[in-house]
Amino acid sequence: MIKVKLEKEIILKKTQASAPTQWRSFFSSAYARIGTTLFLGILIACLFGPLFLDHSYESTQLELGAQAPSYNHLFGTDTLGRDLLIRTLIGGRISILIGFLATVVAVLIGVSYGMIAGYVGNKTDALMMRFVDIVYALPFTIIVILLTVLLGRSLILIFLAIGAVEWLTLARIVRGETRNLKTQAYVEAAKVNGLPHHKILSKHILKNLISPIIVFATLTVPSVILLESIISFLGLGVQAPLASWGSLINEGAQKFDIYPWLLIFPSLFFSLTILSLNFIGDALRDHFDPSK
Amino acid sequence: MQFPLTVTLVTLVTIFLSISCTPNRTNVERGLDSQELFIGIGSEPEGLDPHLVSGVTEHYVLLSVFEGLTTVHPETLEILPGVAASWDIADDGLSYIFYLDPKAKWSNGDSLRASDFVFSYERILSPKLGAPYAYMLYSIRGAEAFHKGKTKDFSTVGVRAIDDRTLEIELESVTPYFLSLPTHFTWWPVHPETILEHGAMTDRISKWTKAKHFVGNGPFQLESWKLNNAITVNRNPHYREAGSVHLNGIHFMPINSETEERAFRAGQIHITSSIPTARIDWYRSNRPQNIRFDPYLGIYYYLINTSNGPLKDPKVRQALAYSINREQLTEYVLKGGQKPAYHFTPPNTGGYTAEAGFSYDPEKARALLAEAGFPNGQGFPTFELLYNTSESHKTIAEAIQQMWKKELGIEISLYNQEWKVYLDSRQKSEFDIARAAWIGDYLDPYTFLSLGISDSGNNHSHWKSDHFDALMRATTQTLDPTLRFQLFQQAESELIEAMPFIPLFFYVRSLLIDESVQGWHSNILDYHPYQYLRLEAPQQP
Amino acid sequence: MAQLILRRLFQTIPTLWLIATATFILLQLIPGGPFDQEKPVTPEVKRLIEAHYGMDKPIHEQYLQFLLNRLQGDFGPSYKYAGWDVDEIIAQSFPISLELGFYALLVALFVGVPLGILAAIYHGKRMETLFMGLALIGICLPAFVLGPLLLLVFSTELGWFNTFGWNTPSDRVLPALTLGLFYAAFVARLTRSGTLDVLKNPYIQTARAKGLKEHRIILVHTLKVALSPVVSYLGPAVAGMISGSFVVETLFFIPGLGSFFVNSAFNRDDTMVMGTVLFYAALILLFNLIVDLLHAWMNPRTQRD
Repeated sequence: MIKVKLEKEIILKKTQASAPTQWRSFFSSAYARIGTTLFLGILIACLFGPLFLDHSYESTQLELGAQAPSYNHLFGTDTLGRDLLIRTLIGGRISILIGFLATVVAVLIGVSYGMIAGYVGNKTDALMMRFVDIVYALPFTIIVILLTVLLGRSLILIFLAIGAVEWLTLARIVRGETRNLKTQAYVEAAKVNGLPHHKILSKHILKNLISPIIVFATLTVPSVILLESIISFLGLGVQAPLASWGSLINEGAQKFDIYPWLLIFPSLFFSLTILSLNFIGDALRDHFDPSK
Repeated sequence: MQFPLTVTLVTLVTIFLSISCTPNRTNVERGLDSQELFIGIGSEPEGLDPHLVSGVTEHYVLLSVFEGLTTVHPETLEILPGVAASWDIADDGLSYIFYLDPKAKWSNGDSLRASDFVFSYERILSPKLGAPYAYMLYSIRGAEAFHKGKTKDFSTVGVRAIDDRTLEIELESVTPYFLSLPTHFTWWPVHPETILEHGAMTDRISKWTKAKHFVGNGPFQLESWKLNNAITVNRNPHYREAGSVHLNGIHFMPINSETEERAFRAGQIHITSSIPTARIDWYRSNRPQNIRFDPYLGIYYYLINTSNGPLKDPKVRQALAYSINREQLTEYVLKGGQKPAYHFTPPNTGGYTAEAGFSYDPEKARALLAEAGFPNGQGFPTFELLYNTSESHKTIAEAIQQMWKKELGIEISLYNQEWKVYLDSRQKSEFDIARAAWIGDYLDPYTFLSLGISDSGNNHSHWKSDHFDALMRATTQTLDPTLRFQLFQQAESELIEAMPFIPLFFYVRSLLIDESVQGWHSNILDYHPYQYLRLEAPQQP
Repeated sequence: MAQLILRRLFQTIPTLWLIATATFILLQLIPGGPFDQEKPVTPEVKRLIEAHYGMDKPIHEQYLQFLLNRLQGDFGPSYKYAGWDVDEIIAQSFPISLELGFYALLVALFVGVPLGILAAIYHGKRMETLFMGLALIGICLPAFVLGPLLLLVFSTELGWFNTFGWNTPSDRVLPALTLGLFYAAFVARLTRSGTLDVLKNPYIQTARAKGLKEHRIILVHTLKVALSPVVSYLGPAVAGMISGSFVVETLFFIPGLGSFFVNSAFNRDDTMVMGTVLFYAALILLFNLIVDLLHAWMNPRTQRD
């Protein structure tokens, strides 16, 4: 018996090296399957759904006004008589795009910055962290207003503006954890054995940082989606009549006790996206669990 | 491991139950006994110095703690005695003598002297103070010269205290509406001793408006001022007509629109400063007795930069104006009883109502655009419509953008800017078409039409016409109302013909008011003196 | 420990100076001034108004004057609210924000930490999904949605709470929930992953082998380490919570500091912007110091460098 089991484990360990099997093991988790399906469903609906709809996201029908969901308008219409379904789907394209790109920017900067600060320590750490404090304290509203004036308006700028704030907290978390990990016995041992720093960082430290990074990234996406609506408010970013989930939810929240569908449908899409991302995040975390 | 959850739940539920006892009586219910009025004013006043403020919000508060020489009856709009019990007008109409009410006192008990007015007018006209509305006093002889620094000698200005109770004001020229001017807050007196105790006469940065220092002369006196919370005023026992004041106190609360409406529904405030658009239909059908749509001296318009490409052509500007369906806009988008605008001066501004200069006519609009060289909108460049960030400006812009697209086949892109950036863009002419509005300062068409004068600091359209300027100058040189109105009509027609400003609609002031508030009268001045108000359960019909 | 605190206090001065200078530059660059209005005053009047605030002097003089005033602890008068000094406004509104932030922190911790631990214990079981779903409420329903929803249910419909204001103890409940649940989501997720990471460590296995009861293991041995990312996250988050939230304050009409933060920028109320920024910066520096002290206590070995 024992022998058979051992053999199995050996086989398992060998196959772990190949990518397809890795994905198979990832998808063996129910979380991964549900999350991925849900997310791809939303993504496909946003990307291709509008092609199959007769309505336009901008054409107004003022006499119609806000109408509850009906066969013709599955999600109802907004106060200008525009179809809410197509506005939600088009808004999803923008929100998902912004959410992901800004999060990637934030994670890349935040993780590398935090790891370097935490690993090098001493004066470098102090300097780098005080820089984070300074950027954190600067008035965000004024910076965004200035950006609109200096650089005009484009989606790229939104990513920059959002990425520029979201990386700060992650940098602090990563730096704190790196400092903890650095003192672990195996890292000390690796140092003594003369392993180069970048190898220690990538092999021993990054691997153990995966959990908080994934958690933070999956929660940054919704934060960014909402932040976008605030930034658009300041004049940088998505311009009317285009909408994003953030602006739709914002508008819906002001009117939901009279026109509840204006809040419910955009919020539903937004919440399902968050849920699916967190499922995927959990599955990824288990998948990369260093103890496995 | 249920431990933390259970504990948390139990704790939360206990906290919940212990503090969520039903709130006591609402402010509205309490008000019937206490005669305390709760009123929403939308935003925080920028100050309580009548010489320094310029906004509507400040006016609401100041009206309770100050009083001018004359007042207006809120229902009939007739001029009534204020601090001045009576007055004489010289035969040539150039000199007024006001006899102050012997009962007139400051809220600290000092009697109000004619010299206090002289001090006040010297203060607001002193260039160093930088009073934004000092020009409201320019009808006084020599006031403009003194304010513009041409002389430093205030005795050249036509204000004189003959004795403690007698004030003489000499005018620059005959001003038929002069007695209505002292109802504006720029004409109200300030207490010289208090001002001087906390700085020089012309100091802007002063603590005299703090509740503990404040001295006024209105029916109420300042009790406390907490930022973003409430300004509270109490009955002023030294007020000259203290006996006729019903209310014991007023709480002015700078609450934003949605929160204010919620508070109103819960019976926590009597009067709101606005109604959220989405809520209007609900109130119409459920509580029609609570809504008020009062006419208001203001116009919402689109400002065109006439130095820009095809927008130089008046035909293009007219095409843009003719293709907007204003009825639809006011009925379905704005919903608050706003009036579609087909001329620039709001109806009945000081008795003047302009003739409609154009109409909603998409056929004609297309023809005009074709004449200008863009049949069906072909070849028309993409222009930008600039507005300052706000839900309602956005909605209006989205609706109009689609009207232009549908009727004219042209694409206009929308662009919003934060308020101060927007003001900056307008000032620097960095726009094609911009959302704009104008609220009249006084009841005369001049306050609206002067916007089109070439050297007006507020004409950002780059449109200039010598003939228009001449017409406007002529209106200041005659007193004959018929002739003046004819001149205004000519000027107005010329303005509409050239269309540097596309009129959209005339404002209304919409608000919610509780049935128990008695004595509130709708009027175009948005002038509601608090001494006329009382709280009383409405009589059942 | 004392050395760390001393060193950090020493770093505070140049950091605050850099923040002040950067903000000063930003304020010079941004278009629009405090005295611009829809109906503009004449340029002459505007110049006279600005002279009262020393804004007519050359930039470098303004900067030096500004530094000098700050050194004396004088934040100057607000440009927007005549008669008010910046420190007076902060002194009036900060205690309210501090109180609200404190309750929000309690919500974040008492909702977030238990949910995170429970989810970790039930890892891989159905219950975990439930706990994590609950934790995500604060993210799925942002404050500007959650606030009106809570108000609709508990104020307008049930009549349990006032619709606005900050007067009775019960007025604290809904705003604290609205503000706290957002942070609770982060806390719960970070707690869960932290706990999972720690539970697999050899020393936990040892403790288990020794026969210690499960919840003792978790409470005594893991929490300190598992909460390490939560602590890192909470440093700046607490500074944010207690310095006020614009959305929550506006929704519930609470006279806190958050609306001054946002509105001072919109009003170009330069002195107020500077006052709030420096105040916030000091809070951040303080809480990040506390975080580092907590880290040192939780993992003494990080002290060595």
